[in-house]
Amino acid sequence: MSKTVVIDPVTRIEGHAKISVFLNDAGDVDKAQFHVVEYRGFEKFCEGRPFTEMAGITARICGICPVSHLICSAKTGDKILAVKIPVAADKLRRLMNLGQITQSHALSFFHLSSPDFLLGWDSDPAKRNVFGLIAADPDLARAGIRLRQFGQQIIEILGGRKIHAAWTVPGGVRSPLSEDGRAWIVERLPESFETIRKALDIFKGLIAGPMKEEVNVFGEFPSLFMSLVSKTGEWEHYDGVLRFTDSQGNIVADHLSEDDYQDFLGEAVEDWSYLKFPYYKPLGYPDGIYRVGPLARLNTCDRIGTPAADQELQEFRSYAGGVPTSSFLYHYARLVEILACLEKIQILMDDPDIVSSRVRAEAGVNTLEGIGVSEAPRGTLFHHYQVDEYGLIKKVNLIIATGHNNLAMNKTVTQIAQHYIHGEEIPEGFLNRVEAGIRCYDPCLSCSTHAIGQMPLHIQLMKPDGTLAKEVYRH
Amino acid sequence: MAVKTLKIDDIDVAIEAGATLLQAAQEAGVPIPKLCAMKGISSIGACRLCLVEVEGINKLLPACVTEVAEGMVVHTQTPKLQEYRRMTVELIFAEGNHVCSICVANGNCELQDVAIEVGMDHSRFTYRFPDRGVDLSHPSFGIDHNRCILCTRCVRVCDEVEGAHVWDVANRGAACYIVSGLNQPWGEVSACTSCGKCVDACPTGAIFRKGETTGEKQRDRDKFAFLSTAREKREWTR
Ligand code: SF4
Ligand code: SF4
Ligand code: FES
Repeated sequence: MSKTVVIDPVTRIEGHAKISVFLNDAGDVDKAQFHVVEYRGFEKFCEGRPFTEMAGITARICGICPVSHLICSAKTGDKILAVKIPVAADKLRRLMNLGQITQSHALSFFHLSSPDFLLGWDSDPAKRNVFGLIAADPDLARAGIRLRQFGQQIIEILGGRKIHAAWTVPGGVRSPLSEDGRAWIVERLPESFETIRKALDIFKGLIAGPMKEEVNVFGEFPSLFMSLVSKTGEWEHYDGVLRFTDSQGNIVADHLSEDDYQDFLGEAVEDWSYLKFPYYKPLGYPDGIYRVGPLARLNTCDRIGTPAADQELQEFRSYAGGVPTSSFLYHYARLVEILACLEKIQILMDDPDIVSSRVRAEAGVNTLEGIGVSEAPRGTLFHHYQVDEYGLIKKVNLIIATGHNNLAMNKTVTQIAQHYIHGEEIPEGFLNRVEAGIRCYDPCLSCSTHAIGQMPLHIQLMKPDGTLAKEVYRH
Repeated sequence: MAVKTLKIDDIDVAIEAGATLLQAAQEAGVPIPKLCAMKGISSIGACRLCLVEVEGINKLLPACVTEVAEGMVVHTQTPKLQEYRRMTVELIFAEGNHVCSICVANGNCELQDVAIEVGMDHSRFTYRFPDRGVDLSHPSFGIDHNRCILCTRCVRVCDEVEGAHVWDVANRGAACYIVSGLNQPWGEVSACTSCGKCVDACPTGAIFRKGETTGEKQRDRDKFAFLSTAREKREWTR
């Protein structure tokens, strides 16, 4: 019996988005707004709970990057315990985060985005998905699926479960890496390297020719970039200091501590979106627009610190002829980062600490406030908890990668609308491109607004007088 | 020793007089779901999960507090009982705030176990979402009233086995809750010896060791059966 699986493009964005496009008197696009219209008072829900539960609770708000919340929450918990975690725990958490970045980037590239690149924006939506990719290029599709599995399996080996493994805990981690687990990872590494090499080659070919337009239209604008870097300026994903750079590659601020995030990050609110708009405070709102995530991490760091990834980083920068500022290059950056992750995983595999059994520091509540930071696949993640003397949560604030990129996503949507919309019609193909523009950021809307569920993509084209010219629903 | 003979689900059982139907069923290898009963402490028939039907008696009887009698014919798995048990478990879930996915007892919880045993997949009753608190004032342990099912095992174990009588039940009906001392924060109750027996007795994630995170609660489920034989028969091996 045959079965038809129809995948609408919208099913490939997590969460739900509504977009308003505003025309000016000349009939061109003045601006576009990317609304996030779902909200669930998640922070409220945590109040009164023991802080030790926060890792489990926050991991539940997102099914795609629960590990990032686990790690960030555990780091925040470390601060509340006021402990320095064992060396092995630090390295094991890093290993899990590397596995997480690998699997999440592989999902974004192979499952979600490459159907657009390889099958074409305007190809049949029913086939423009991972199944269509399997039909068109079975080797690549299978390799991509296996690369994602590799990352997921690392998480599972460490945490015992693919998703929602509450294995990172305040003070360290629950259990060490087994020798079997290490052997499995070592065995699968060569194949993973091969896959990422292949993907890099394909993507470099695309942006050198057929996809030049996308590079110029999908979010090509100057902005700041923010991410963690190591104290010596290397690419970092777990610890270190925060750095801002600009589109010329200048360091705008360096050695910032997450503890002071409220000094340099503001959070603006707009009545048309539930997702807040963080900005770099010294430049004000909205001039303090910055981007986070793979593109930002490659732009802020001096180097990655592993040979193959460093070579790719140089090529990445010379492709752009300076600082890569197009959001379409997030895809490219993801591939370079996967390579970096694989190299870093390899280094960890040779580290004797990784199988040490001293992995958890025990302590009680020693500080009443903690701020943790880590790099999620999609960008910098902050957890901020205030607790009472027994460790019950009084207040929580989370700043999530998709939030940091909110201003940039709006700018990208505006840019795409300006390029494709002229007059009161929404041209064929616009929806696909606007979605793809948003997908550059690989946003997980459900998580960044702390909402659940999926709703249709909804585009409204507004005349200069504020009345509706056209409306399209997808779904 | 007087012996009574009876039939449980068509199985002939002979057991000493004074035993309960629950013990007789266990002897016969007939499983009956239970939550408040626990070996090593007295039974009180609080949860009503162990209800059985006895021929000739037209009400349902809790097996954990019903003594065996000669010639009894007992049924433990009638459709009516299955329906009642499922309803009971659903009511327990609807009464508190059970978010298993983040609970310390997830995967090691007797309430979850019975939910599976009785085939519950959702609650037909509206969740009450009561406003209940968490007390982390004790240096080693915590109690999360959201997950308390009022089985009173903690109350009995602390009173009967440890002899400290830290716990009691306050209020009535839906307003019932477990209190420590004279309704004080647990950490302020001087009677508490910090022995941790209530942690082992609690069937859910309501009482736990501090610092335990999702699914981390470990319990010594047979501790009280061991302690009672140790005391009665002076046998200290397990
Ligand atoms: S005690 Fe915890 S694991 Fe058990 S049912 Fe309640 S929430 Fe679920
Ligand atoms: S705290 Fe645990 S043992 Fe005590 S009554 Fe509640 S569920 Fe039962
Ligand atoms: S076990 Fe008999 S009433 Fe609870």
